Amino acid sequence: MSLRTLPLVFINLGGEMLYILDQRLRAHNTSEDKSEKGVWSESDRRRVLNDIVGTMFSKSFMDELLKPQQLYSHRTMKTVLTRLAHTSIMRLNPASMDRLYELMIMAFKYQVFLCPRPKDLLLISYNHIDTIREFVRDTPVVMNQVDETHRNIIEVYSSLSEGQFQLLRQTLLIFFQDMHIRVSLFLKNQIQNPSGRFVLTTSGPVPYGADVPGLIRTFDLRGREVNRSEFPPGGTYSGLVREGSFDLNGDRVLRLGRNLYRVEHPEETQTSRTHSVQPDSAPNPLAKEELNQLARLMGSMKAENVPKGEPQFRINLFTTDQEEEAASGGEQEAMFQVINIQAVQDEQAASELARIAGQFTDEEEKLENPSSNKGDDLLAMMDDL
Amino acid sequence: RPFLSGPKQGELRCFKDTMYHKEKSIQIKNSASALYNNLSVLRIAPRRLTYFTVVHANVVNTVSASWDGLNYSHRQLQSKEPNVATSTSLIMQAAFCVLPSRDLLVVSSQKGIQMYESDGSIMVYWHALDTPEAPTAQAVFARGISAVSDNYICVGVSSGAVLVFDIPSKGSNITLSEVLEEHKEAITDIASECSGSQECLANLVTADDGGNMCVWKSGEEFQLLNKIPGLDITCSSVKLWKGTVLAGYGTGQIRLYEAVTGILHAEVNAHARWIYSLDIAPFSGLLLSAAEDSFVRVWHVSMTPETNSVEIAHLHNECVTDTQICGAKFCDGDGYAFAVTGYDLSEIIRYIQS
Repeated sequence: MSLRTLPLVFINLGGEMLYILDQRLRAHNTSEDKSEKGVWSESDRRRVLNDIVGTMFSKSFMDELLKPQQLYSHRTMKTVLTRLAHTSIMRLNPASMDRLYELMIMAFKYQVFLCPRPKDLLLISYNHIDTIREFVRDTPVVMNQVDETHRNIIEVYSSLSEGQFQLLRQTLLIFFQDMHIRVSLFLKNQIQNPSGRFVLTTSGPVPYGADVPGLIRTFDLRGREVNRSEFPPGGTYSGLVREGSFDLNGDRVLRLGRNLYRVEHPEETQTSRTHSVQPDSAPNPLAKEELNQLARLMGSMKAENVPKGEPQFRINLFTTDQEEEAASGGEQEAMFQVINIQAVQDEQAASELARIAGQFTDEEEKLENPSSNKGDDLLAMMDDL
Repeated sequence: RPFLSGPKQGELRCFKDTMYHKEKSIQIKNSASALYNNLSVLRIAPRRLTYFTVVHANVVNTVSASWDGLNYSHRQLQSKEPNVATSTSLIMQAAFCVLPSRDLLVVSSQKGIQMYESDGSIMVYWHALDTPEAPTAQAVFARGISAVSDNYICVGVSSGAVLVFDIPSKGSNITLSEVLEEHKEAITDIASECSGSQECLANLVTADDGGNMCVWKSGEEFQLLNKIPGLDITCSSVKLWKGTVLAGYGTGQIRLYEAVTGILHAEVNAHARWIYSLDIAPFSGLLLSAAEDSFVRVWHVSMTPETNSVEIAHLHNECVTDTQICGAKFCDGDGYAFAVTGYDLSEIIRYIQS
C-alpha cells in the first residue's frame, strides 16, 4: 500500500519512546552525582536523549527512511528501534524492549485511530517533533538536525492529497491490526476500555473542513436550494475547529501526539496483555528483502564507540506492581507486566553492530546448521543485539 | 415481508429507532481491515444461502451462511503471491459480481486482479498489474470493482485507469477488453446502474481520490457521457440508481447527482467522519451509509419523474460502539436486512427490520 509510511512511523514511534524514557529518567533523578550506582543524573538524561535524537534525525538515517518503500514488519521495526535506543549509554534487555515497544505501538495506534482527518497525521508527527526539539534544546547541533528533518518532512508530505494520506493511514491501521494491549495510563484517562479497544466518542468537534451532521438540503435544476430539513445524528457534535499549523513552528491545535507522560506517576507505563495478538516475533524464513532493508538502515546509523568502563545503570520503571495486582483483584488475567529498563553489560561496542549489519548477506551463505532455518539464525542474532 | 415497496413518498412509514434490530452476528476468521467498501454480500435464493466476503490485510475471508442460521462455512483466499511474509501482497477489495449467467468473486490487490467462482473454490483468471521499473513514490494497486451490463467487469487502478474485462458466460476465457483513461487520481469505487431499468442511458459510474466522477455507457467501446468534478475531497463509495449517482465523501457528506447532466439534487451532512460505504436496495430505494464515526444510517431515496426531483429522507441510525465502520451492505434487494463490518472487528454484525 502506501510507500511513504516509514518517516512518520519512526518520528511518532521514536517520539513515544523518547517521551517514556524521558519520564523514567526524570523519575530517578535523585542525585547529580553520577558515580552513585543506580542513579541517573540530569546530565545523563540529557545525554541519552541527545544521543538517540541525534541518530534518529541524522541525515543518512532519514534519507534512508524517505526512500519510497513498504512498511517493515514488527520484528524489523523493533530491531531498528532497539538499535536506536542503544546509540545511547543506556541498554535495554529484550523483555524490556518488548514491553516498551508495546507501549509505543498502542500510543501511536491510538493517535492514528482517533486522527480526525488523514492529513492530521502530520500534525500528530509535528507534535512529536516539537517536543523532541525541546528535549535537545541545549544541543544546537542536534536541534539543527531536527529542524532540517522537519523541513524535509514538510516538503515531502505537502504534496500528498487527502486520499493519499488516508491510504497511508489505512496502511498503518493494518500494521496495528488486532493489537489490544491495555495501558494503565489510557485506562485511567478513559481513552481505552478494559477490553483493550479505544473509546470512540460520538460527541465533540467535527474535523476541520467537515460539517456537523444533521442537515439535508435539496436543490432545483438551477442549483437553488429549495428545501432544508434536519435529522437526528445520534451524537452531539460541534463545528468551528481551528486548523493547526503545518509549518515548522506554530500552534498544532490537535492534542494527539503530545507528551502524556509529563506527570510523575510511575504506574502509568504499565501494560497488560489480553488475548490480543502480540507483535509477530516468529522467525521469518523469507524475509531476505527485509534483512537487506534492515542492513541498509543500520548501516546508515552513525556508529558510536561506547568507551569501556562506562558505569552501568539500572532503572525500574515500576515500583508499585504488587500494589497494582492487589488493587485489580477480581479482574480476569490482570497480568500487569513490569517494564524494567536494566542496564546490561554489553559485550559488543556499538560500532560492532554496524559491522554485523553489513555482514548480513554474507553470513546467510556461511551458515551451515542443517537443522535450523538460515533465516531463523540471522533473526535470532538480531534479537541478541 | 418487506413493508416498504415502491418509491412513492406517501407510502413510506418512518419507524426511526425501532425500524431495525440487531440479529445474531457471524464470526469471521480475521478482523476486517480499514479499507473502503470492505464487505460484499451475495444472495443465492435457490440454495437459501448468503455469501459474505471481508478483507483482512492479505487474506479474503468468505463465509457462506444458510438462511435457517444453522450452517456456516468459511473459506480463506490469499493474494496470488505465496509465501511473502512482508506486506507486498495487500488486498484492497473483494467483491461479488453478478452477471446473467454466472457470479464471480473478484479480488483486487497490490499485485493485480484475481477472479474466482463465487464460492471461492476455483480461480478462473489472474491479471497482473504493471509494476514500474524503478520504485516510485506512488503506490500501485487495484481498487474499485463492479459488474456492468451483461458481460463486463470493471476494476479500477491506482493510476486512475479503469480496466474493462470481457466475461464469457462460462469458462476462463476472460480478456481485457478496454482500458478507460479519464481519471488522473487513484480509483476508489465503481458502480453500475442497479435499478434493472433498461431506459437509463448511463450504466456505469467511476470515482476517484479527488472526488471526481465519470459517467459511462458500456459497450464494445465504453462511451464517456459526463464528468462530475470533485472538490479535492475523496469520494470513497458510489452507487448508481435510476440515473442518479449517490456518492459518499471523506467529509462525511452524501451527494445525489443526476448522472448524465451532473445536476446536484441533494446534499446531506450525513456523518461526522469519513464515509467508508454506501449501498442501495434497488427495489425499495433504501440507502445505507456507514462511516468512521461508528454510525450506520438508513435513508430513503425517492424520485418524482414529473418534476425531475429527487428527495432523500432519514429513517434510522445504528451506532456500533467504539468501531470505525468499513463495510455496510443490504442483504437483499428490498433492504429488509443489512450487514456491517468494522476495523478490528472479527464479526459481521447483522440487522433486520422489526
